[in-house]
Amino acid sequence: MSWHRKHLLDIESLSPEELTTVLDTAREFKVVGERDIKKVPALQGKTVVNFFVEPSTRTRVSFELSAKRLSADIINFSTDASSFQKGESLKDTARTLEALNADIIVIRHKAAGAPHFLARFLNAHVVNAGDGAHEHPTQALLDVFTIREKKGDIAGLNVTILGDILFSRVARSNIWALRKLGANVTLCGPSTLVPRVFEQMGCRVTYDLDDALTGADVINLLRIQHERQRKTMFPSIGEYARLFGLNRARLAKAKPDALIMHPGPMNRGVEIESDLADGDRAVILEQVTNGIAVRMAVLYLVHGGIAGEL
Amino acid sequence: MPEQNKPTVLEADALARAWRRVAHEIAEAHAEPGAIILVGIQRGGVALALQLGETLGGIYRQTVAVGSVEPGLHRDDLSQRGMAELRPTELPGDLANKVVVLIDDVLSTGRTVRASIDAVMAFGRPQYIRLAVLIDRGHRELPIRPDFVGKNLPTHPDEHVEVRTDNSGAPIAVTIKK
Repeated sequence: MSWHRKHLLDIESLSPEELTTVLDTAREFKVVGERDIKKVPALQGKTVVNFFVEPSTRTRVSFELSAKRLSADIINFSTDASSFQKGESLKDTARTLEALNADIIVIRHKAAGAPHFLARFLNAHVVNAGDGAHEHPTQALLDVFTIREKKGDIAGLNVTILGDILFSRVARSNIWALRKLGANVTLCGPSTLVPRVFEQMGCRVTYDLDDALTGADVINLLRIQHERQRKTMFPSIGEYARLFGLNRARLAKAKPDALIMHPGPMNRGVEIESDLADGDRAVILEQVTNGIAVRMAVLYLVHGGIAGEL
Repeated sequence: MPEQNKPTVLEADALARAWRRVAHEIAEAHAEPGAIILVGIQRGGVALALQLGETLGGIYRQTVAVGSVEPGLHRDDLSQRGMAELRPTELPGDLANKVVVLIDDVLSTGRTVRASIDAVMAFGRPQYIRLAVLIDRGHRELPIRPDFVGKNLPTHPDEHVEVRTDNSGAPIAVTIKK
């Protein structure tokens, strides 16, 4: 058990032991969420700010519920309500939040590195809830938590990540986490969205979906991020669905007990055939449930971690 | 085996007799074995609870329920001590009309017991919560008093008291370290 970090900024800098600490801690928080009284006083009297400078509903709601189940007070501060419209800088806004005596700031920002920037000058704990196309650490943690819960161990599993890898912070964080825990990672999608440069992260890259799915224990489907593409990276949605959409025939290439994952929101009929999304191999809703346990663990650990160093 | 600067103050024999007496005292105070749940406080109390459950089962001639409780999330000193490593809380779903006997190896400030009581209450409302400890070393900071005590051990606040158990959870040595 090891955790001495004040912030959770990315997966890249975490050790396998730190990843395991978060997953083990989350397992105990999952039990809390399953009982009648779903709340513990661990962060009683602490203030968490959800500082979302990019639209998000599910991650924000998940952090909100996580903080509440730890008895922290949480306020939401989002773009439409913020002073950015009035020209305030990120630094000044963050300092203002800190002046409210926030203990933990959960930040979602369109610029990669924004959480790291804040962590340099804030006294509060900073948790990255997604920064541009860089990382989305808590999503990767809940993904590996779900895989570990279903498969027992991550090491040696074949995990295929399918879709828009280039613009996906979920893919980057997942690749780091899975590689550190010993999984074999295969990436697949249109060549414009899955550059070979990802091989440097220890992944296999293929543009043949059948090849990518053969022998897979886990298939993680990513949404096409229209909002991050400056120009169209592939001819049409129809062609994408035909070449890279997961359907029953293609799923037969994977192992019979392969898990289907999706971080949401999903486009039925594009990256996944609708009945597969509702089928017994899909763990998409369990990912949502596990997200709360994992985020509770992260808030708990970053908050306690600094005292542990003293 | 006694280590350097870690003198053994209580040996296996004395501990076994004391812990067996505690089992008899619990049986005397609570005649209804079906209502009793021995709940070990993570982590030092868990092995002791299992072992006490064996002894108590022999006295009652009936199996006694044993569980565990993790006090970490209910501590009042998280910001001073840092986070606790979380271990499983295993309690039966319905605690109504039950007698929860919290078990710990060493009782000192009482803060762990306070947190454990809250953790049990988050699961349900037992009719009674009792406290049994192998060692009471004093230095209480809260108004908490054990119902069943193996040994009272006067100590200095700076000393560290450690209970070692064997594989069955039986206490085999108590050491004091400066």
